[in-house]
Amino acid sequence: MGKKKSKVVQYNRWGYIFMIPFLVTYLIFQLIPLITTVYNSFFENYRSGLKQIGPNFIGFQNYATIFGNPDLWKYFGNTMIMWIAGFIPQIFFSLLLGAWFTDTSLRLKGQRFWKTVIYLPNLIMASAFAMLFFTLFGDSGPINSMLTSMGIVSAPIKFLSQTGTARGLVAFMNFIMWFGNTTILLMAGMMGIDPSLFEAAQVDGATATQVFWKITLPLLRPILVYTMITSLIGGLQMFDVPQILTNGTGDPARNTMTLIMYLNKHLFSKNFGLAGALSVFLFIVTGILSLIVFKITVRKEK
Amino acid sequence: MNKTQKEPTNSVHARRAIAYVVLVILSFLCLFWFAILFVNATRSHGELTKGFTLIPSTHLPENWSGLIHGTLPVLNGLINSVVVAGSAAILCTYFSTMTAYAIHAYDFKLKKFFFTFILAIMMIPAQVTSLGFLQLIQKMKLEDNLIPLILPAIAAPVTFFYMKQYMDSTLSLSLVEAARIDGAGEFKIFNNIVLPLMKPAIAVQAIFTFVSSWNNYFIPALILHKDKMKTLPVLIAQLRSADFLKFDMGQVYMMIAFSIFPVIVVYLILSRYIVAGVALGGVKE
Amino acid sequence: MKKQLLSTLLCASMVAGTLACAGTVFADEAAAEGPVLNIQCWNEEFKSRLTDHYPGYEEVDATHGKIGDVEVVWTITPSDDNAYQNNLDTILPENEGAEDPVDLFLVEADYALKYVNSEVEVTEKVADLGLTEDELANQYQYTKDVVTDANGDLRGVSWQGCPGLLIYNREAAKEVLGTDDPAEVQEFVKDWDTFNETAAKLKEAGYNAVSTVNDTYRVYANNTTSKWVDDEGKINIDPNIEKWVQDSKALVDAGETTTNELWSDDWNKGFYPDGKVFAYFGPAWLINFCMAADTEGSIANQGGWGACVGPQGFYWGGTWICAAKGTDNPTLVADIMRQLTTNEEIMTDIVKADNDFVNNKPAMEAAAQDDSYAFAVLGGQNPLGLFCEGCEKIDLSNLSNYDQGCTEEFQNAMKNYFDGNMSYEEAVDQFYKAVVEKYPELTY
Repeated sequence: MGKKKSKVVQYNRWGYIFMIPFLVTYLIFQLIPLITTVYNSFFENYRSGLKQIGPNFIGFQNYATIFGNPDLWKYFGNTMIMWIAGFIPQIFFSLLLGAWFTDTSLRLKGQRFWKTVIYLPNLIMASAFAMLFFTLFGDSGPINSMLTSMGIVSAPIKFLSQTGTARGLVAFMNFIMWFGNTTILLMAGMMGIDPSLFEAAQVDGATATQVFWKITLPLLRPILVYTMITSLIGGLQMFDVPQILTNGTGDPARNTMTLIMYLNKHLFSKNFGLAGALSVFLFIVTGILSLIVFKITVRKEK
Repeated sequence: MNKTQKEPTNSVHARRAIAYVVLVILSFLCLFWFAILFVNATRSHGELTKGFTLIPSTHLPENWSGLIHGTLPVLNGLINSVVVAGSAAILCTYFSTMTAYAIHAYDFKLKKFFFTFILAIMMIPAQVTSLGFLQLIQKMKLEDNLIPLILPAIAAPVTFFYMKQYMDSTLSLSLVEAARIDGAGEFKIFNNIVLPLMKPAIAVQAIFTFVSSWNNYFIPALILHKDKMKTLPVLIAQLRSADFLKFDMGQVYMMIAFSIFPVIVVYLILSRYIVAGVALGGVKE
Repeated sequence: MKKQLLSTLLCASMVAGTLACAGTVFADEAAAEGPVLNIQCWNEEFKSRLTDHYPGYEEVDATHGKIGDVEVVWTITPSDDNAYQNNLDTILPENEGAEDPVDLFLVEADYALKYVNSEVEVTEKVADLGLTEDELANQYQYTKDVVTDANGDLRGVSWQGCPGLLIYNREAAKEVLGTDDPAEVQEFVKDWDTFNETAAKLKEAGYNAVSTVNDTYRVYANNTTSKWVDDEGKINIDPNIEKWVQDSKALVDAGETTTNELWSDDWNKGFYPDGKVFAYFGPAWLINFCMAADTEGSIANQGGWGACVGPQGFYWGGTWICAAKGTDNPTLVADIMRQLTTNEEIMTDIVKADNDFVNNKPAMEAAAQDDSYAFAVLGGQNPLGLFCEGCEKIDLSNLSNYDQGCTEEFQNAMKNYFDGNMSYEEAVDQFYKAVVEKYPELTY
């Protein structure tokens, strides 16, 4: 008895050993940078042309500057609006396609082809994709010339000069780039559901819609949580697409400026103090939002 | 019997038709841009400024040679990108599986703490620490080096989380116990038994890691300054700069096509594993 | 050894005898000079000039070359979003005594003063390199003003002048104005009020006066009476810039132009007849390199453009060569400066081969009289006389260190006003914010 226990303990030592690479890497490349980022946020530290100003300790003044600026909340709002506008169609079509692909009674042909195709946009560099959209949706670009020649609109739509269309384009690109990825992840979850459950439901005469709502969706919750959390993290990191599409300006009227674009502006002018304060703010916001999403779903599960 | 069968068949037909229509529309939305990209890569700058068409032109070789003989070391960029993305994918999947296995298979004092800790840090975007990361790399004199783009992949909470979930649903510890009784060492068990069982999940995550590393622009742009060390996205950004001497959109499209093509090849090779891996995940329940 | 020989040879070929002396003073040091010539720039232009016109330059590959035994290494950083300047800002203050120092870097007028007038000295005085005032006597005054520091010392040189003209579509001029003769067309665009009246006429015939509001920006901005940033570091908007905003808003509201970015696809549509654009504002390089002269069907290809002075004089572009403080190749850098910016023979070659407007008064004035210099793009018109006149009039006394950033952000912010997404006050406010994000030391 005693002997057996000690052997288990001996095995369990391996738990620590297997954790070492992760922990060491994390410590060096993420924890130390995180600490220095926080540290930087308390200093005045920027470059004025060829001169270096600081670092001078100034306490919470960087935070006061950041929070005293109403624009911060505007950029936060922009980020969330564009994320949600892309995420809703993303999750809708992913669930729909996932359900169809896994529905054995539908017997969709060419599944591998469809899956390969819908995942493809996820491969293209976001910057390259944004660049492409910038050309396509120009005032006299191909989309406008198509729309006018078909008589749908009389004058070209200035996609990037109007808040709605500019945000819409960003959201649409996020949707196109990510719904294939989400579909694959959700399918992994759907196929993990015991097939006997579906068979039993069919025997009981349940319709496909009923099966989806009563069996698939509830059992899918863990994967949905995963999808939502990662998408939220990705959404808050939104940078490449609006940056390239608007040439870094976040226009019209800075309504497509995201938090990371704002951070990038400070990083670019080497204003490490303000960039540090902004990073800490982002860190906190990311944490809170993730916690909320996590809590809501955990409660429902109970 | 026949009659009861007929009703659902009709509705299945209708649903199947709807499914195909939706799939065709979505596929169009996915492929249209790629088609334009490749068509435009075959057109000269003059043709491109004249307007848009879906008919390929004949200037592909010119754009290609313009790109290869231009000032941007695109072939170096390709090699750098392959090295970074490939190494990152291997390190990331191997060590994430190892970390997930540590939490999954062993019972140690700090296990719960570590698990919660990793879940907590999973939420931290890389950009948030980019400031400190950059300062660290400067202090370590690792600027213009690919190492800071590769090594951090070892600690990838998101991949870890996926691996852990996959293990929860598929990896039975009885196999491990059996191997232990046969006298295999823990490290050997991990490499010879656990890793092969995790192959489907590893394939999926290898692709995700490869792609995100391949497309990464934010961090490489901060670290790589010498042309020969730059990865493709950094070079793409350079080609795009509004500058009249480089203002050849044909070459720009060519460059974009050039940088996404390798990913598509890698993906087409591995997509079999993704689909199979997804299917396997279901069977193993 | 080989290099020493080379530089002596080059000196011997100099026009004036005194120059050769200046060169030989350095020749003794040449042996001790660095094996690598590091050049920082933002595009290919200077490289192609050096490759084609500097005696003894051999191209190795796209980013490497050789001059005698010296290896030439090009580092190209695009100027977008301040990237080129940020790069220089980190390297230059630590350049002196560095292991592999930058020897030569290029600057544009928009931010030249930052490196010329800096507290920490980052550029060598041209006089210290051995170039005398006599040698530089043929250069246009404005090209010297741009790179003269507060003490009156010259710290850079340029091989080109970039005076600009109004380049009009002859077809449109004939159709709407009834003439395509440069002198007569000039009457329709002689000042901004007349220009705006002409714009309304052009609109009726379906032409945009200019492709975008950003086309006219430089013309207004080069004729300001105050600086973007005053001596106390406060951001300031000049009355002429405000006039640009008012005039442009009127043009946009009347549908007589657009708010597209320069260099965008939409901007260069007017290079083709279907683009229906009356005029562009630009210097020689725009005419020769950017207007798609090689492309069949473009207006330039058919020689369909004409050039006249336009409402106000302006310049666009221009590249200055600076020697970095701490260079270990002063002789070679000095010689590059000398050959490209004072050697009349080489400079004439540049005009012939590359259609640059070079920084050499006698050479350009002679060319202006010579019909063989007529521009095919302009339907055989020789605009060099107009350019020469323009060059004399350029006044750059209101440059500040921050012009590039201010210009970029002002155009970005005003686009919102022109497009109707913001009021003028809001747009100005956004401009202030954006500038302070870029230059935290400024106030408004």
